[in-house]
Amino acid sequence: MIENVGYFSLVLTLLISIYGAGAAAYGASQKRMEWVESARHAMMLTWPLLTLSSLALIALLVMGRYDIGFVASVTSNTMPVYLKITALWGGQSGSLVFWSWLMAAFATAASVRKWDRDREFLPWVIGVTLVTIAFFLVLVVLFENPFARLWQTLDGRQIQAMFQPEGTLPLIPIDGRGLNPLLRHPGMIIHPPMLYLGFVSFVIPYAFAIAALVTGRTDARWIRITRRWTLIAWLFLSLGLILGGRWAYDVLGWGGYWGWDPVEIAAFMPWLTGTAFLHSVVIQEKRGMLKQWNMILIILTYALVIFGTFLTRSGVLSSVHAFAESEIGPLFFLFIGVTFLTSVSLLLHRWKDLKSENHLDSMFSREALFLLNNLLFLGILIVCFWGVLFPLISELVSGQKVTVGPPFYERSVGPLAGGLLLLMGVAPLSVYGRTSWKRLGWSMWKPAVLALLLVVVLFLTGTTSIAALIGYGLVALVALVTIYEFWRGALARHRRHDENLLLSLWRLAGRNRRRYGGYIIHIGVILMALGILGIELFQTETQGTLARGEQITLGRYTMIYDSLAIWDTADGRNMARAVVDVYKDGKPVGQLYPRRDYYYDAQQSVTLPGVRSTLEDDFYVILVGWEPIGAQGATFKVYHNPLVNFVWAGGLVFILGTMVAAWPDRDLEVIRRKAPDRGAVVRA
Amino acid sequence: MRIKLSLGILLLNIIFSIFPLYRIEAQEPTPSDDEVNAIAKQLYCPVCENIPLDVCPTQACEQWRGTIREKLALGWDEAQIKEYFVAQYGDRVLATPPARGLNWLVYVLPPVVILAGAVVLFRFFRSWSAKIDVEEPALEIQRELSHDPYVARLEEELRRRDQSGDV
Repeated sequence: MIENVGYFSLVLTLLISIYGAGAAAYGASQKRMEWVESARHAMMLTWPLLTLSSLALIALLVMGRYDIGFVASVTSNTMPVYLKITALWGGQSGSLVFWSWLMAAFATAASVRKWDRDREFLPWVIGVTLVTIAFFLVLVVLFENPFARLWQTLDGRQIQAMFQPEGTLPLIPIDGRGLNPLLRHPGMIIHPPMLYLGFVSFVIPYAFAIAALVTGRTDARWIRITRRWTLIAWLFLSLGLILGGRWAYDVLGWGGYWGWDPVEIAAFMPWLTGTAFLHSVVIQEKRGMLKQWNMILIILTYALVIFGTFLTRSGVLSSVHAFAESEIGPLFFLFIGVTFLTSVSLLLHRWKDLKSENHLDSMFSREALFLLNNLLFLGILIVCFWGVLFPLISELVSGQKVTVGPPFYERSVGPLAGGLLLLMGVAPLSVYGRTSWKRLGWSMWKPAVLALLLVVVLFLTGTTSIAALIGYGLVALVALVTIYEFWRGALARHRRHDENLLLSLWRLAGRNRRRYGGYIIHIGVILMALGILGIELFQTETQGTLARGEQITLGRYTMIYDSLAIWDTADGRNMARAVVDVYKDGKPVGQLYPRRDYYYDAQQSVTLPGVRSTLEDDFYVILVGWEPIGAQGATFKVYHNPLVNFVWAGGLVFILGTMVAAWPDRDLEVIRRKAPDRGAVVRA
Repeated sequence: MRIKLSLGILLLNIIFSIFPLYRIEAQEPTPSDDEVNAIAKQLYCPVCENIPLDVCPTQACEQWRGTIREKLALGWDEAQIKEYFVAQYGDRVLATPPARGLNWLVYVLPPVVILAGAVVLFRFFRSWSAKIDVEEPALEIQRELSHDPYVARLEEELRRRDQSGDV
């Protein structure tokens, strides 16, 4: 019964989405607002209906209805309730429902906004979002139905179908296979929803961009409307990436947080274009430039959102053959192609209307530096895109599978990321319009000299790695420039308004949250860069098999193997947990408990490290193996990860900065409407 | 007799604990785990997706690490072991494709596209810069009028922002 309600609700939402998209297009082309309103109501219906479907699926997961194929594949009797709920996004079909539900939530939120100022956008925003929802629902309803039941044929085969096929009997397993153990982690509970939220919320600015292209309102209006949407999308995507890194560090047991895995890169690519977009829209708003470029960036971002989902959901990453056999892979491919080509055609149609209102006055102006920033972000995108795509091309052309792993990305992205850091140090001191390199040089000579001094000090105190010296020099430059910007701004206000310096700083940031939120984000980035440089350039590791009482020494740390216990837990795990004593410079600093959990239901192990964390470094111990009888000897892999916690601290500052930048201002248009005289006085 | 033996063992224990004959250290197999991992780190699990061999937890990878250990014990060097794995399982075991044939594309294409982007950008700069009028833009004039250019810019931006309703 519940499954029927859930499935029926999905089908109904699909039909309503198709109707809504058609009604919106018809209403817009025939100038019939009643059709557009009807489409808007259709869009507002999608969220409650998909909520019903999602709740039905959650109910089935919690009830342990193993006659439903999806439930049997991602839950088991021993899993706690909260994990059964989060199993909704633990498998393919459930995650597609979840994606659609979030998309519908954002579409509904967009539809309830005040539309009186830009009513002509409405039908096209509805159309684009409903087409996207409809596409995902086609996948769910026709190919990846999470409500399909299990059936057994007379010759013993298992099949999944919503309704009983002829010659089959219902199949009701007594237990499920359980969620992939790697996903049974708090980080994994939050990480996918954050990524999905980032993905779906980027659809809204894209929808407004398409609306602007169709209607010909190619001024900065669509950008102003979607500024906060874009920042929120970017916030969620950033949060998803950071949480994903933390999850990898805690669960995957390889001492790192980012492995340049294609699945990671799939989420990183829309973030890159989204970041480039966030910078370049500022130029359109301030100077009326880069209109065509901004359209290209938002179209690319949308295409990469769908492409990212395609990469992770179509099986294409395991092999091109898996993709060809996958039912949804070719559909994804088709959808990306059609939406991309349609968007590009619209863009070309409006190309002349999107010409810049101003010229670039100087190669050292802020506009020029932002363009360079865009080039570097797009450069990283090209590296990532090509790195993910090349193994597929190689397999297709030569039949030979190849791996494009971290060394390729690190060598290619490193210099581009260095260039971005340099721009982060230079651009805040640049000005819009005409300027010269002398003016720019004069603005930044002090922080540049100080950063150079730091590099010299680092060199004299024993840092000889060129990459580290360049990296830390750039980090110092950005830090000094950012602090200098805050200081100059606060001091200027302090002098002019005779305010307390702290109050000046607070009011300054409050009056231009976008700029100072941006600077806080820059501080987050440099903190993260510190951590990345630390772990990438100075990580050390060793491995050894120890008897009880024996020790491993790594840098200033010594670890002594104390004991190992193995037992079965109530929730269906076999846990092997070692106890090791850790010493730093010969002094005891505590015990660590690296362990390996074997999940009986999923027949899979998870390695959980024991970590001693300080701001200076992490001492990270993995239990690699042990002697089964008597547990006398065990093998440990030990990592020393300098500065890695700056990555997480920087991540928090980064998110805080994004929230400051996205925090709503008072609606100044409303304020002006209430007090028209004040505006007149100001203009006079 | 039993008491004498116990006392003897106790005495020996005390003597060894006061004057240890050796320092307890990790057993060092030949070759060491670190030597094995140094090579395994550069190879990818031939059956799993995108997992370096040194951290792959599967039984198969454990055996492959054992193969590396055996080859090292036989005196093979790093290049020989990598060649052996490539011959057995194909190029996919290498962390990056070997630079030959079609694989050149993976290394050549990104820098070419980025350089092309840089050239296009530079030409944009040049063509736009050529169109600049001699007169200074309004923003610049405003700035020059002020004693402190930064204060002037800051105040100007905040003032314009308040006026334009730029939220």
